[in-house]
Parts: sequence; C-alpha cells; structure tokens
Amino acid sequence: MADIVLDKVSKSFPDGTVAVQDVDLEIADGEFVILVGPSGCGKSTTLNMIAGLEDISSGELRIGGQRVNDKAPRDRDIAMVFQSYALYPNMTVRENMAFPLRLAKLDKETINQKVDEAAKVLELTSLLDRKPANLSGGQRQRVAMGRAIVRQPKAFLMDEPLSNLDAKLRVQMRTVVSRLQKQLGTTTVYVTHDQTEAMTLGDRVVIMRGGAVQQVGPPQELYDHPRNLFVAGFIGSPSMNFLHAAVQDGELHTALGQVPLGDRVRRELEAADAPRELILGIRPEHFEDAELVDDDTRRRGMEFEAPVDIVESMGSDKYVYFTVEGEKASAAELEELAADAGAADFAGAGGNLVTRLSAESPVAEGQTRRVWFNLEKIHLFDPTNGRNLTLHEGRAAGALAD
Amino acid sequence: MAVETTTRAKLRWGLLDVLVVVFALVPVLWIASLSFKTPATLTDGNFIPREWTLDNYRTIFDTDQFVRALINSIGIALIATLIAVVLGAMAAYAISRLDFPGKKLLVGVSLLIAMFPQVSLVSPLFEIERQLGLFDTWPGLILPYITFALPLAIYTLSAFFKQIPWDLEKAAKMDGATQGQAFRRVIAPLAAPGLFTTAILVFIFCWNDFLFAITLTSTERARTVPVALSFFTGESQFEDPTGAICAAAVVITVPIILFVLFFQRRIVSGLTSGAVKG
Repeated sequence: MADIVLDKVSKSFPDGTVAVQDVDLEIADGEFVILVGPSGCGKSTTLNMIAGLEDISSGELRIGGQRVNDKAPRDRDIAMVFQSYALYPNMTVRENMAFPLRLAKLDKETINQKVDEAAKVLELTSLLDRKPANLSGGQRQRVAMGRAIVRQPKAFLMDEPLSNLDAKLRVQMRTVVSRLQKQLGTTTVYVTHDQTEAMTLGDRVVIMRGGAVQQVGPPQELYDHPRNLFVAGFIGSPSMNFLHAAVQDGELHTALGQVPLGDRVRRELEAADAPRELILGIRPEHFEDAELVDDDTRRRGMEFEAPVDIVESMGSDKYVYFTVEGEKASAAELEELAADAGAADFAGAGGNLVTRLSAESPVAEGQTRRVWFNLEKIHLFDPTNGRNLTLHEGRAAGALAD
Repeated sequence: MAVETTTRAKLRWGLLDVLVVVFALVPVLWIASLSFKTPATLTDGNFIPREWTLDNYRTIFDTDQFVRALINSIGIALIATLIAVVLGAMAAYAISRLDFPGKKLLVGVSLLIAMFPQVSLVSPLFEIERQLGLFDTWPGLILPYITFALPLAIYTLSAFFKQIPWDLEKAAKMDGATQGQAFRRVIAPLAAPGLFTTAILVFIFCWNDFLFAITLTSTERARTVPVALSFFTGESQFEDPTGAICAAAVVITVPIILFVLFFQRRIVSGLTSGAVKG
C-alpha cells in the first residue's frame, strides 16, 4: 500500500499533441480517487502513465515516495483492471488469477491458498475451473478484479471496469467495487466517463478536460461548488440548466426575468474587464412548484411562469421540462459537453429548462405553470473563460451574497 | 416459406460443392488408381483397377533414387519451414505491435519479394550458388525457400497477431511479466493456430517447388522428390515408368494430407474468444 504522487506530469506525442498537461495530484494511502471526464480528456493516458504502460514526457511520478518514471510496470507493484477485462482465454479462471503469482515465483501451495481466498471474496469459487469464454460479462469482470487483488499490490488501477456491463449489473458491481476497496484499504485510481460512477464511488473526484485537471475534490463539493462552467455542466444528472444572462444596471436580464444581484457579485462585475454577458446556471432540484413553497422559502428566491413541455414522473419526484424564450447560453465548454453527450447537432428547443419538482405538484403537460427557484443556489459563469463568479474562497454563495 | 427457400438453397449449394470437390478430386483419384494397376492394365481405361498390385510402390522404394529424394524433400522442407516461421513470427509481431521507422518499407519490400517472378531469379541464383559452393546442397535450396516463404509467413502471421487484443499483453505486463514472458506465455499460445496455419502453407510451398529444385541441384545430394520424379525412368529404357511415377506422386501427396489433417484441429479460429467482451 502506498500513496501516489503526480508532480507536473505531462504527456505529449511525437506529432506535437499534448494528451496530458501538468497534472498535479496527491493520492493518499488507501484513498479511492476517480478520474473523470469526456472522451479524449487524458484520463486514460494519465492512468496508463501511472501503470507504466505509457512513458511520462515530463514531470515526476512517485509511488510510495519512490520515483518510478523509468520503472517497468512489473517493478511498480500495481495491478490494473481493464475495460475489456483482458482475461487470458487459454487459461482457466484459476490459472488467470494465479498468473501474477506464478510470475512472482511463489510456491504452489501459497498460490492456491491466495487464489482460493480471492475467489471467495468475489464469489468465484464455483467458477475456478472454467475458461473465460464460458463466463458471463459480470463473472468475467469479477475474474479481472480477482486477478488484480490476488497479489495484494500497492495500488489498483481501474480503467472503466464497469462500462461493458449492462445498466443493472453496473449498479450492482459499483457497490461490489466500493465494498472491496473499503475492505482491502488499497489505494485505488479509477477512470470513468460516467459522472454517476464518479459521484457514488470516490473519496475524491478529479475532473479532467483537454488533458488538464479542472477541479479536484470530494463529490459533494464538486457538485455544490463547481469552479467552472465545465465542472458544473459535467457533474449532475440531469445536468445543470444554463441560461444566457445580460448584465444591466446591477441586475441580470434572463429568460426567467430580472435576477437581482448581491453586493459581492456586483462588485466583481464593476471591474473594467468584467464581462457584460454571463451564463446563469441552476440545478434542476433548485426549482419548485410555486404553489408548494412556503413564504419563508419564497423570500430566498424568485418566480416565473412558463409553459410545461414534458412531465416525467419518477415517483419520488417529477422532472418537468419547460420551454423558455430567450437567447441560448453559448460557450466553448457547453459545446464540448453537448458533443460528449452526443447531442452537438441536436440542440432541441431554443431554451429548454429541466426542473425537479415535488411529486405532489399537480403540474400537467400543456399548461402554464408558476415556478419558484432558489437564488442562493444560482451560479454565474464568465462565458469567456468559464470561471464561476459566485465562487468565493471555494464556496458558491449564489447571486444574492453580500 | 422461409424454410422452403433455405432447403432449396442448401440443396443448390450442396450440389455445387459436390461438383467442385469431384472436379478437384478426380485427377487425384485417377493417379491413385493408376498407381495400383499392373503395367498390362495401365491403359485399359478403367477407373477402378481390375488387377490390384503394389509392385509400383515396391519399385520406387527399391530404387535408391526415390528414397534419397524423399529424405531430401522432408529435411529441406522442414528446416525451411521452421526457420521461416520463427523469423516470420518475430517480424510479424514487430509489424503488428510496434511503430518503428521503416516499417512500411519493410512490408513493401516483403510484398515485392512475394510478387517477384521466380523464373527471372533462377539463373542468377544458379551462378551465385555455384560461386559460393552452395550449388547442389541442402542450404542451397533452404535459403531461397526461406526467402520466398518469409513474405507469406509475415503476412499471415501479422494478420493473426493483429487479432489478439493488445490489452492482453498490457495485462500480462501489469501482472509482472517481462516482454518475453508476455510473448511466450500469453501471445504465443493464442497465436498457435496462426503459427500452424503458416507452417502448413510454407511447408506446402517448399514441398511442391520444382523450379528451384531442378535448377539448383544436379545429383541425389539435394534433389527433392518433384525433381526426382521427372528423372524417373524405370529399370531399363524399355520399361514404362507411368505406374511408378503415379505411385511416387501418391507418396508425396500423402504427407501433405496427413499434415493438414493432423493440425486441422489446431487451425480452428475462435481460440481467442472470451478474452475480451465483444
């Protein structure tokens, strides 16, 4: 077991493309860290550099306090679980799991004992004599994990280990991975493109974009206090609503009406180079049916009326889509997020607002509904660089903060 | 309706297959039948011999000429195959896995060699080998065989190596294997069907060659069976060697058939299934 430190680690290819740029990251002993980002953000390259499968162009990588830049994967004592599982098809489950131990030249008895132990933990005992071809996807995935844990390495690296499983199994395996990691207490670096996995699994989440780290922190902190537009849009499902907002006379003109501003944001906007146009972000759960809001809460937010487009009832609450008029928010980050979601050429209606309302709300499709939203939970972003203007000392304070 | 069409389609394809097989096998069976006939009934035109005899086989194995040629053929073909497959495997592995300068050139040159008309090389090779003292020796045949078998080996093998998921090699490395161990214990077992297929192709190429064998040999020292056959004349000049030639042809066809049948099970693809999802 060991800590992993990335000190200004970069990866550039001979043709000049930079895949990973100056990543600084300290992963404590026993910590579960998630690298997340859209495809091509450099998360897998970073993992491969930790594994030793790819060379580090510059910077230093330390595992357990030791510089390992030039060490071969086998000398780093770390195990990896691959997205494709990469089981050896010519070997049985037992042989697959014993492979790293046999290479380490352990005696037969110890090998058998360790394999049996790991198989028990992952409930693979009855499958030990099968070949990978005769296993289901979930079983193969467990064998791949078994092969990783069997030799008790310093750290686990997991490269999208669950993305080949179907949705239900994925949720189940998520808890398996989580429990296993807690049980073993081994430092783990986990790569995924799925923000739900990132939110639910990790002690800390590293969000990457274009080879650079955007923000590092516990999942809840990233969710509540996103440092920039990209993090805000990437974390959360359904994702944050973004609206175009024009600054005018200390107020914001948006499709939801005039949004008042607190002193702090106003001061920031008074600077000479401050942007005249902003992007306003609100998470779906910060809306509520105006009928259901008590007076005390009402004062902390404001209301608007909009036609209801679609109602999706989840049982516990309702996702209500509203059509709002007005200019669409636009920024490079938003386009990238849309492209990653596969919706770049499918923008939908001009302004579509996703809200999560209480299940008691009598809202119905086709009607116009009065909706309240919480001004304290609003984020304002600078569209030119994506910076969150409402963030103060790492805390998001909404639009009204003094 | 659909079932009816498929049965009809099956029938049609089956008939077509039978036709092709018959077309291909009739000459072979004919040769086999001739080899069992006595000189008297050789030309009677019967497909199934009236009088069976093993005399023809006895004759060829009695002559030193044929046995010696058979040994030459087996030895030369096996050695050439072994070397070509080992070298080819290494080259193919590099081509399919690594990006090195001159890779395209290497592939291009090997393709060029494969396409080069062998006839045009025969006279220069003859001169070269005479100068080097390789003429009429085993190495004198093994070398050109390797040269022309290598492109074939490299092409077939690199196709096989490309099918093996790269993740397996990475996994082996993560599990603590050196590059060599990863190749020997993970990649090579999976590439076995490819190695056998290539070996068979190369062996057949060497075994069947006539052009090099007749130009680069002059005595029994290195003469292979296809050439020896052409020198077959029987005991005296009045003897008709047709039966013996046919028997020899059968004898040299049998190893190939056995070879293929023996390794057939190895040549099944799909050995890699289950390694990765998909």
